[in-house]
Amino acid sequence: MSRYLVKRVIYMLITLFIIAAFTFFLMKLLPGSPFRNQDKLTPQQVHALNEKYGLNDPVPVQFVHYMGKLVQGDLGLTFQFDGRTVTSMIKDGIGPSATLGVEAIIFGVIVGLILGVAAALKHNSAIDYGAMVFAVFGAAIPSFVFAGLLQYYIGVKLEWLPVAFWEGPKYHVLPALALSVGIIAQIARFMRNEMLDTLGQDYMITARAKGISKGRTIFVHAIRNSLIPIITILGPMVVNVITGSLVIENIFAIPGIGEQFVKSINVNDYPMIMGTTLFYSALLIFSMLIVDILYGVVDPRIRVAGGKSK
Amino acid sequence: MSKSKWSLLLTLVLALSVFLTACGGKDSGSSQSSGGGDKGKLDDKQVLNLVDTEEIPVMDSAKASDAVSFRVMNNVFEGLYRFGPKDEPVPGVAKSHEVSKDGTVYTFHLNEKAKWSNGDPVTAKDFVYAWRKAVDPKTASEYAYIMAPVKNATAIQTKGDALYGKVDKLGVEAVDDHTLKVTLETPTPYFLGLTAFGTYMPQNEKYVKSQGDKYGLEADKMIYNGPFVLSSWKHNEGWQYKKNDQYWDKDAVKLQEINVKVVKDQATATNLYETNQIDRTALQADFIDQYKDNPDFHKIADPSVFFLRLNEKNPVLKNADIRKAIDMGWDKKGLADVILNDGSTPAYYLVPKDFTKNPDGEDFRKINGDFGKFDAAKAKALWEKGLKATGKKNVEIELLNYDNDNSKKVGEYLKNQLEKNLPGLKIKIKAQPFKQKLVLEQKMDYDMSFAGWGPDYKDPMTFLDMFTTGNSHNEMNYSNKKYDKLIKDALKEADVKKRYQMLLDAEKIFMEEQAISPMYQKGIAYIQKPYVHDIYHHAVGGDYSYKWAYIQGKK
Repeated sequence: MSRYLVKRVIYMLITLFIIAAFTFFLMKLLPGSPFRNQDKLTPQQVHALNEKYGLNDPVPVQFVHYMGKLVQGDLGLTFQFDGRTVTSMIKDGIGPSATLGVEAIIFGVIVGLILGVAAALKHNSAIDYGAMVFAVFGAAIPSFVFAGLLQYYIGVKLEWLPVAFWEGPKYHVLPALALSVGIIAQIARFMRNEMLDTLGQDYMITARAKGISKGRTIFVHAIRNSLIPIITILGPMVVNVITGSLVIENIFAIPGIGEQFVKSINVNDYPMIMGTTLFYSALLIFSMLIVDILYGVVDPRIRVAGGKSK
Repeated sequence: MSKSKWSLLLTLVLALSVFLTACGGKDSGSSQSSGGGDKGKLDDKQVLNLVDTEEIPVMDSAKASDAVSFRVMNNVFEGLYRFGPKDEPVPGVAKSHEVSKDGTVYTFHLNEKAKWSNGDPVTAKDFVYAWRKAVDPKTASEYAYIMAPVKNATAIQTKGDALYGKVDKLGVEAVDDHTLKVTLETPTPYFLGLTAFGTYMPQNEKYVKSQGDKYGLEADKMIYNGPFVLSSWKHNEGWQYKKNDQYWDKDAVKLQEINVKVVKDQATATNLYETNQIDRTALQADFIDQYKDNPDFHKIADPSVFFLRLNEKNPVLKNADIRKAIDMGWDKKGLADVILNDGSTPAYYLVPKDFTKNPDGEDFRKINGDFGKFDAAKAKALWEKGLKATGKKNVEIELLNYDNDNSKKVGEYLKNQLEKNLPGLKIKIKAQPFKQKLVLEQKMDYDMSFAGWGPDYKDPMTFLDMFTTGNSHNEMNYSNKKYDKLIKDALKEADVKKRYQMLLDAEKIFMEEQAISPMYQKGIAYIQKPYVHDIYHHAVGGDYSYKWAYIQGKK
């Protein structure tokens, strides 16, 4: 297992390096400068500022400089906010984003699984149709629609919960709900299909024939075996959700990091583009490793390395 | 589920999503006042709640270059002068000043009562330090060019110049603790207003140096000399102002506390306003119809002007008749009132209205009047005459546009109007992200471009000097010797009356040659609770003052 892990970590670092290189050279193709009032500066002034930030050097030279700092853990300073490091921006922003994301994931996965399992067990019934109608709309309608509806009806009209801001637990409810709709939909659909598939397997009939109770066959055999595909989508889903949602964070005025994934590119904030990309990639690659390990827990047949026999 | 239930559900969901498409837009802010005059009894609780669209980018006055930073600085710092209720300079740290006969030497007498929030007096040295820091190439200030009127400021920033980096050669000198002598390159009649600008604000050298790299990064890593201090600053979430007890004019300050939250979504801002959590928010076009009959709704003019650049590198646009035809060939009023509908007004000029007055107190716009107006028949005649001269029948012109939703509507409107009124014209719209658009403009790689300009200082010159031959902001290859000479002479003219006339004449030449087709002057629409009074809006620099604001009549 440890040898497998070391190998995986080395692959992860290589992948990250390739991503860093690609992003860096692609990002340098963006026209314009990272300066805030570029429209007012003369080309000479832009040139002088570029000089100061080392942006006049050839791109490969800049890349070497950047990588040199990166291996020391220095992601540089953002161009958007004076004197603030990319690391501190990510650190400040990931708190609210991840909190919200985890809340949405927990709620979304639980509800999604229940809906999916219920739909499969009551195949072709009203529950099944109801759950799937919800899943289709949940997947098709963007989260900002739900966010706006929740904000207007529950925040403004009923005044049950705060309209926006990030100040305490009750401020989490609406954004987490809005964010979880898509998760519920996706999980419910997947779970239903997998469950239907599993329920039709021979070993389910065998289990029943051996006299195992229906509840036990469902919980021990059917659900466990249906979870594998869910774990596969769960990895990227978790990473997506905890790195923040631009729209949800904007609508509920949450100081998260989600916005920076888009804004940094629009304003040519090079260090921030690199920072967010690498952060996201690292999380994603790491989540894949976790997923591979989890497979083994759910299904011993695909245990990654070093089974009991060795 | 039966078919009818399905369709019912579908209808419901569709109805809801249509309802919600209105949730777009961005930008909110804070602005102007209502009323004033007799104050009567103020409320006991003097707290104002606002939203802003962005986190504060910079709090080091030497480095700032954006609206949010300047707005905050205008309320927590103070320059020699500040803009007052009538948008004219009123004493700040300086209590009075003298100007030499030739208009190039200003001597400011500082108020002995002016103090930093840590109790240190604000001295002339604080200005010398801050100004030198702003022009120092090492600071790499994006707004250092605003210091250009001060002697040697440009030379100090120009690589290769003998004075490059020699900040001690800057024309500013502390005669004693309370006397500051400023030498200018040329007479600059708007200089007093410039001293209210963020970049011209003082910094306490001892304090700034004691904080090193951390200066200005957090609320407790700064000292303040304005009407308010920043009592807290939660990055990306919001900040809070509290009244500054050390401020020399603290008796004039009524508000005890101002809470500002970062809210980027317009629908959210109006929802917060509806639930009484904020007292004021700017409104984007989509929301104006909803509020325009509400007593809380207000509009003010902003001095930003938007126009079509007509690139004279294009042989067709080089023809003045063609340019005139394009200007006359579309309805500006329709654009401002129907498409934009945000308080913007149609522009028939370059220098905005309600911006500057001549020495006799007459508005620039009133003297020069409007240039050209919508006349489809005349436009068509000019267009045909111009086409004949260029020998073409069909012309395709590219319109370089911003890529946001509002601008796209503007682009479609222009295309529709011009193609209808000028036969044989085809407009190809090219929408580009802002930074890419700037690069294309700079390379003059476009035919027409939807562009805009906001003033840097309160003088017509801020709109006019950029169109001299070869100026880097003259991105349409416009060139007129008479225009160049007028601007060059005006820059040296000490007689304010003569100078103003030169600027009036320059605009006339520019507009009569139709170097641009003006589109509209921006308006700001906002809603504000009736109990909020005397927030003043300024044309340049920090755009709002809370110094005189107060709360009266809130339940």
